[in-house]
Amino acid sequence: MARAAQISADPSAGAAGPAIAVRGVAKSFGSVRALDGVDLDVATGTVLGLLGPNGAGKTTLVRVLTTLLEPDSGTATVAGLDVVRDAGALRHRIGLAGQYAAVDEDLTGMENLTMVGRLYGAARSDARRRAAELLERFDLVDAGDRVTSTYSGGMRRRLDLAAALVARPRVVFLDEPTTGLDPRSRIALWETIEGLVADGATVLLTTQYLDEADRLADSITVIDHGRVIAQGTADELKDRVGGERLEVTLEREDDVAAATRALETMVSEEPAVRGRTVGAPVRSRSGAIAEAVRRLTEAGVGVDDIDLRRPTLDDVFLALTGHAAEERREDDAADGIEPPATRGRRGRARRGRGG
Amino acid sequence: MRRLLSDTLILAERNLVRLPRKPELLLAFTVQPIMFVLLFRYVFGGAIRTGGLAYVEYLIPGMVVQSIAFGGFVTALGLNEDVHKGLVDRFRSLPMARAAVLAGRTLADVVTNFLSIWVLVLTGLVIGFSFNAPASHVVAGVALLLLIGFAFSWVFALVGLVASTPESANSVGFIAIFPLTFISSAFVPVASMPAALRAFADVNPFTIFVDAMRSLWIGTPAGNYVWGAVAWALAIMLVFAPLAVARYRRATGS
Repeated sequence: MARAAQISADPSAGAAGPAIAVRGVAKSFGSVRALDGVDLDVATGTVLGLLGPNGAGKTTLVRVLTTLLEPDSGTATVAGLDVVRDAGALRHRIGLAGQYAAVDEDLTGMENLTMVGRLYGAARSDARRRAAELLERFDLVDAGDRVTSTYSGGMRRRLDLAAALVARPRVVFLDEPTTGLDPRSRIALWETIEGLVADGATVLLTTQYLDEADRLADSITVIDHGRVIAQGTADELKDRVGGERLEVTLEREDDVAAATRALETMVSEEPAVRGRTVGAPVRSRSGAIAEAVRRLTEAGVGVDDIDLRRPTLDDVFLALTGHAAEERREDDAADGIEPPATRGRRGRARRGRGG
Repeated sequence: MRRLLSDTLILAERNLVRLPRKPELLLAFTVQPIMFVLLFRYVFGGAIRTGGLAYVEYLIPGMVVQSIAFGGFVTALGLNEDVHKGLVDRFRSLPMARAAVLAGRTLADVVTNFLSIWVLVLTGLVIGFSFNAPASHVVAGVALLLLIGFAFSWVFALVGLVASTPESANSVGFIAIFPLTFISSAFVPVASMPAALRAFADVNPFTIFVDAMRSLWIGTPAGNYVWGAVAWALAIMLVFAPLAVARYRRATGS
């Protein structure tokens, strides 16, 4: 059994071609099509941000690519290996960090990482050495001998990520790695992920935080209803939404209709409404704020805040999918299942595990 | 095969290392059986007629079989937790033997079962139980108990994978197995039961397990009980182990 040798991946193999190639992958759960013919390429050494509302199929796709789930149809290769045919070999080459930190709470950090190393086939002493290295790198040396149930959320995520990196995988899958973390831990984890990419790994990252995708991803794929609905760099996607956006926060939500009417002729598309905020691309940037304030005042609408800005990925997301990105993420983090989109026109039946 | 074995040992080690860190589980192995023995011996014991045998002699083999059958609940709880906390996803993404996650659990149960046999026997000896059999039979009895426990661990493995929460895993196991152990010769002579129960008790594998243990430890007539018990244990394992493994393969798959 040559498993021990494979704990350090061969850096020369499969350098050509994309690290991840997905062609027409479909997967249904009962009558729900979680993936409906997905095509995707991720170049070696880059980060792909996979965005989509809850239940769009992000987690299902990650599960297919990490050999946890067989697709109904279509093909996918990771590091040049087919996810179905070469599943056994592929598991040596990939690392997975899930939506919730999958570590044993009754083991110490050191014991967790050593166990994973040994399950990759390393001898106990090699596994311990690698575990010590990772604890050092993830700033967990002091906590290494403590049972992980005493860890903070951020520490557990770091340990989970460390566990995904035990075998120095060439391709790393991170399914909502920072969901539920405080801002400081998120930024720390972002830096770790950037370091990973600097070392040559390819990363596929799903997230509901668009600033996360904006910062980390070389390219972004948006999926909804199990289909790819947009692909490109963050800038390309922002350009698609159009120029400067006017965002007006009203004093009273009741005034939304009046405000929309007042602004109608100065914006280039139907304003998007979120609570008491009305936003839309403006036809002309110069004097837009003064003009908007004048019109709203004339219409008798009280303004709380007004801003003119470049579109964010949130705007892209809203324009593409019809709803905002961050919904019900607390529930998500709690049970690890993507709940269905609950709001507005895209509401759908619950699709259970994986979404 | 070598991989299955080494991965199983790694995971069994994991399950045993975490055990002392779960005091509530340790209590289940130690204090709970002692409590049951004392309650039966001193509360019910006086009212139960067991022919020529002292009740404590009658009770210990029955009690030890019952507690061994429940030893596998650690597997049910642990697997259920692993499925719901995402650890099973991690294991499934590793290049390891699939059955090892289950076998590591059931193997760890053998160790904890061994511990609880000791606790029960020592308690029994303190309150008046004595072996009335050659040492080889006593050892064979321990081996039979471990086999029975291992078989039931696979039942609990399936329960742990199917149940929606650790609590329900616990109560399903309890509701399914607890009555089975009572409608048997474990605590009272089968002859004292109403006819319908008696018919059930006569064919209940627990009666066969307990009678086998009595013949091995206190020298009651053996009949075919010992081989019958071995056959039952193997049959339970042959049915439930493949079911559990099949369920595990798709545990997180849909």
